[in-house]
Amino acid sequence: MTPITIAIASGKGGTGKTFISTNLFNALQGSGLNMALVDCDAEAPNDREFFREGMLQGTRAVTQRVPVIDKSKCTYCGKCDEYCNFNAIFFLEEPPTIEVLEELCHGCGACSVACEYGAISEKEDLLGHVNRYCFRTGNELIEGRMEVGVHVSVEIIKAAIKAADTFDLVLLDSPPGTGCPFIQTVYKADYVVLVTEPTPFGLSDLKQSLAILKEMGIPCGVIINRADMGSDDARNYLKQENIPLLMSVPFDREIAVAYSKGELVTNLNDDWMVKFTELYHAINKQFEAEI
Amino acid sequence: MELAIISGKGGTGKSSISAAFATLQNEVVLADCDVDAANLYLLFNPVHDEEHVFVSGHKALLDQEKCINCGICVDYCRFDAIVENEHGVSILDTLCEGCLLCSRICPHGAITIEEEDRSRFYAGRFKNGRMVYGRLAPGEENSGKLVSKVREKAKQIAKESGVEQIIIDGPPGIGCSAISAITGVDAVLVVTEPSVSGVHDLKRTLQLTAGFNLPTSVLINKFDINRELSAEIEIYCNENGIEVVGKLPFDPIVVEAMVNCSSITDYAPEAEISELIKNAHSVIFQTTP
Repeated sequence: MTPITIAIASGKGGTGKTFISTNLFNALQGSGLNMALVDCDAEAPNDREFFREGMLQGTRAVTQRVPVIDKSKCTYCGKCDEYCNFNAIFFLEEPPTIEVLEELCHGCGACSVACEYGAISEKEDLLGHVNRYCFRTGNELIEGRMEVGVHVSVEIIKAAIKAADTFDLVLLDSPPGTGCPFIQTVYKADYVVLVTEPTPFGLSDLKQSLAILKEMGIPCGVIINRADMGSDDARNYLKQENIPLLMSVPFDREIAVAYSKGELVTNLNDDWMVKFTELYHAINKQFEAEI
Repeated sequence: MELAIISGKGGTGKSSISAAFATLQNEVVLADCDVDAANLYLLFNPVHDEEHVFVSGHKALLDQEKCINCGICVDYCRFDAIVENEHGVSILDTLCEGCLLCSRICPHGAITIEEEDRSRFYAGRFKNGRMVYGRLAPGEENSGKLVSKVREKAKQIAKESGVEQIIIDGPPGIGCSAISAITGVDAVLVVTEPSVSGVHDLKRTLQLTAGFNLPTSVLINKFDINRELSAEIEIYCNENGIEVVGKLPFDPIVVEAMVNCSSITDYAPEAEISELIKNAHSVIFQTTP
């Protein structure tokens, strides 16, 4: 089959991205699909909590190059500071002072190009890891995990998605929001499933996510979680805008409790197994209709 | 006093708690620092006093007429944002970080730089004081810097109007925007929930605040969804010298309040959950309820 990448995302946090991603992956485990689930929420990676049985297959460090300034060679000309567009070099002419602010550095290398005196070399800074967990089916959970204190998760997300490029079906559990971590996750997705909740906050964030995906030209559908807790505004909006509603999940204390324990509702209940398998078919149908 | 409310995991109830805290007094500056998904203005419908443009960064633009497809920029770009194929060189907006290096090294002056200026931040008045909130334009970067701008504005307003309390509704996660939201505050409140995900993210969040040496307390939301894990959180906090300022039950009335565009403490002041929130508020601000 042609490889397909499906991202599960939401503007608002805590709407149920991980709930949908992990159960969708679990429901398809027995289907013979060669597939990977990639946890792209590198700031708060939780998918592993639901798949303790996966065997750690390998860990790869993700690093970024940051400049090191050799003060014995530095002439304090200030050109590196001028070249840096991220304020990551602190420079004073008098008294001559130069320091690298590593947490602001993007690793672009502009300062090294700027320096005419060979005073700037580079070292590798640890940003996080990509962990691969393997299941008996040969499928994998690939986890991007940022080190605490690191500012930007984008490079880790990129590395985690890249690690999944041999699979036919790739599910991406996206970080919340609509900023760079989200963009980096959905950027190469063929289809995006947006998970929302029927509250004013949920709807406002959903609209923002839809606007971006439209701009990026990525087809998408919506799941309404805790569908009976809130108003009909989200449902009406989808109808009005002709956006496919892929599934509605009612609030159910049993789901909330299972989720809190790290259990998958698709393992507890056959009905949910069927519903998540149907979800996959619904996504496929929508996806094919788009192309 | 500047209090930042964060969570690590999204959807644990940061904004609901921020809204409640903000409406428990009449003199407050509320800073909505979840700039990816600023929502509190939906509840409070503030009257705008100020609108500011936020330049979030830069993007490289290629002038096809000047470009001779030498490919030098492709080699220099570390973000794989410039590609060369049979149609020549082109720049991928999504991957461009705006470092400007390509424009500096292009021997033909074919790359110019454009400012990204669609993001905004606003200051306004609402029924309990003033609020500041940022809106990052779709796909624009540098949310950490926008968070700093929103906080700067909030501080300025607080100083000018003699308001003592600043409440920051933070973003989810522990990356740049969360770090910006907590740097230098007087206190951090972490809102968590008793789920394996919640606990996992709580520990990472506490590791972050400890790294910054910030006085931190914890509020457990929906504690009755999993009492066992809730107890585990309390023990963990206890062992690490972190005060648990409250345990809130799961109550659908919180969603009802939100749908009615109200804070929970305004909507149902007599409800048990409102009492518990008031109590947590007074513990944090060290006042009598």
